[in-house]
Amino acid sequence: MSTSITLEKVHKRYGAVEVIHGIDLEIDPGEFTVFVGPSGCGKSTLLRMIAGLEPITGGNLKIDGEVMNEVAAAKRGIAMVFQSYALYPHMNVYQNLAFGLETAGMKKSEVEPRVQRAAEILQIEPLLKRKPKQLSGGQRQRVAIGRAIVREPRIFLFDEPLSNLDAELRVQMRVEIAKLHRDLGNTMIYVTHDQVEAMTMADKIVVLRLGHIEQVGSPLDLYNHPANKFVAGFIGSPKMNFLNARIDAIAEGTTTLKIGNQTLTLNRAAKGASAGQEIELGVRPEHITIAPADNRIAFGDVTIDLVENLGGQTMLYASTADGQGLTVALEGQRSVADKSTIAIHVDPALCHLFDKDGNVL
Amino acid sequence: MSTLASPGTAKATTAPKSAGPLKRFWRNNGAGYMFLLPWFIGFFGLTAGPALVSLYLSFTNFDLLTDPRWIGAANYVRIATADAKFAASMRVTFTYVLLSVPLKLAFALLVAVALNRGMRGLPWYRAIFYLPSLLGTSVAIAVLWRQLFASNGLVNSFLANFGIDGPSWISNPGTSLYTLVILAVWQFGSPMIIFLAGLRQIPQDMYEAASLDGASKWRQFWKITLPLLTPVVFFNAVVQTIDAFKAFTPAFIISGGTGGPINSTLFYTLYLYQEAFGFFRMGYASALAWILLVIIALFTAFSFLSARYWVHYDD
Repeated sequence: MSTSITLEKVHKRYGAVEVIHGIDLEIDPGEFTVFVGPSGCGKSTLLRMIAGLEPITGGNLKIDGEVMNEVAAAKRGIAMVFQSYALYPHMNVYQNLAFGLETAGMKKSEVEPRVQRAAEILQIEPLLKRKPKQLSGGQRQRVAIGRAIVREPRIFLFDEPLSNLDAELRVQMRVEIAKLHRDLGNTMIYVTHDQVEAMTMADKIVVLRLGHIEQVGSPLDLYNHPANKFVAGFIGSPKMNFLNARIDAIAEGTTTLKIGNQTLTLNRAAKGASAGQEIELGVRPEHITIAPADNRIAFGDVTIDLVENLGGQTMLYASTADGQGLTVALEGQRSVADKSTIAIHVDPALCHLFDKDGNVL
Repeated sequence: MSTLASPGTAKATTAPKSAGPLKRFWRNNGAGYMFLLPWFIGFFGLTAGPALVSLYLSFTNFDLLTDPRWIGAANYVRIATADAKFAASMRVTFTYVLLSVPLKLAFALLVAVALNRGMRGLPWYRAIFYLPSLLGTSVAIAVLWRQLFASNGLVNSFLANFGIDGPSWISNPGTSLYTLVILAVWQFGSPMIIFLAGLRQIPQDMYEAASLDGASKWRQFWKITLPLLTPVVFFNAVVQTIDAFKAFTPAFIISGGTGGPINSTLFYTLYLYQEAFGFFRMGYASALAWILLVIIALFTAFSFLSARYWVHYDD
């Protein structure tokens, strides 16, 4: 049975410093929720408050509707996978997996099948007699996850569990955690600063900044409809381009922008904006093309500063006529010369407008 | 201006290349060895030299006044077969080591765990608790200890408040050694500081993972703290055991140099001192010193051999 988590006006204060500012959040049963944000945004603190490792200064944490603020960590039905794995170095893998069950007073005859089953799921059976120092990073990570699985918790918490792994292993473990969620169906909360992990794993992403929630939604919601410039810049790789622009005119259903000497007309009205207002135009590198198409409009010429051929993708680092930097991500292998000037095209429907405070228009 | 080098100049420039290997070695390493020189002088003049001389003297009859006379292994044979005081001093020393070292380490660990809980004024407490370690082996503290445990000392004055008529702890053969054990335990500061440093090295994540597993503080101590602290326990145990075998001053002061009452505080080092500087049997005392060295070496070797079964190193 899966479990819901509710945060109501949750605060965290260290002395006079408030690090979490009244978070409201609903996590549905069985949902894979990812807390994402830059360092210092409070995502790990929030996770630790849910785990019971940090006291909650104000507000309520509810698990399945029951207030859990004062309930001890061990009684919340939560298992956590730590960034450092937190494996006990003096115990072998079996003992690490069995520790929680033995602590709970379970008999050996009950502990053994549970450990074996977790080891089977994670394919670590041959490692059961090894000490953590004899394991690779990926194997340690599996053991750390196994230690969470054996307890059969209501909720799994992951605190940047893949950040110590190399890029290849990170992708592999990412897939395995996603599969694990599919197979177990438990409610899971996953903390990361890597937006790719967030996009690929989450049912729901919570973007945090400076202890506030910036936006909550599905990965594609956040990608397609970012609530502000911070989310627009944080979600998506490579990062969204932001160009200084001025609204030249707003007519019914169209907005004309001036970017340097170039004029761009979008077939939609900028909400709450007025002519002459300084704004920022956001356009993702993968939404820019060098070939014209029906749904695209000419943006103008840009000068290519650098070309990166990645094999499956070609990255162009360019400058607009007024010297603003722009990244273009083209599918496949393209032959574009450095210092050349090319015309680019954008789909107006995929352009985003932000006021100078970063709010979406 | 001539551009040709004279033969003399050419010779001068090639001279360093033809310098002997010794010269080259000295030019490259001389400064380093000069810095090491004080240590070399100290080691060979004050440690290795006297040690080798004492090894030779242990096979002689030597009273400081006449030349040493070679007697082979006679000193060792007598120690092993006909010296009741040797046996008594061994008994006292082993009792002292086996009691004082575990008690001191346990007490040091207890205080370190208490201090590791992030209390305010921690540096002050650390300094205060460390103070006895600095003073403990001094003559002044040994004199103070004698006053404390004398028949009219502070301990008995305190016990008198509860109607207990305490004995003279120092002059009672049944209790005198234990007053020295208590003195040793009181000097817990040094191992405590090392334990504290070790405790700080244990990642907080381990405790958090254990608390999520529902482990009580007691279980966390036995299952996480103590196993992860075993390298520090091992280090402290070896150092403190060697120190305990070498303990001298407290027994000397408290017993007035006799090891009494009835040899109850006759530490091995005290007996060695009596033989050397009381009876001027330098050869015999040297043999005793070498036996102590072998005992300490065996204890240390045993500690290192046993370490693989109970000391947990992360890497």
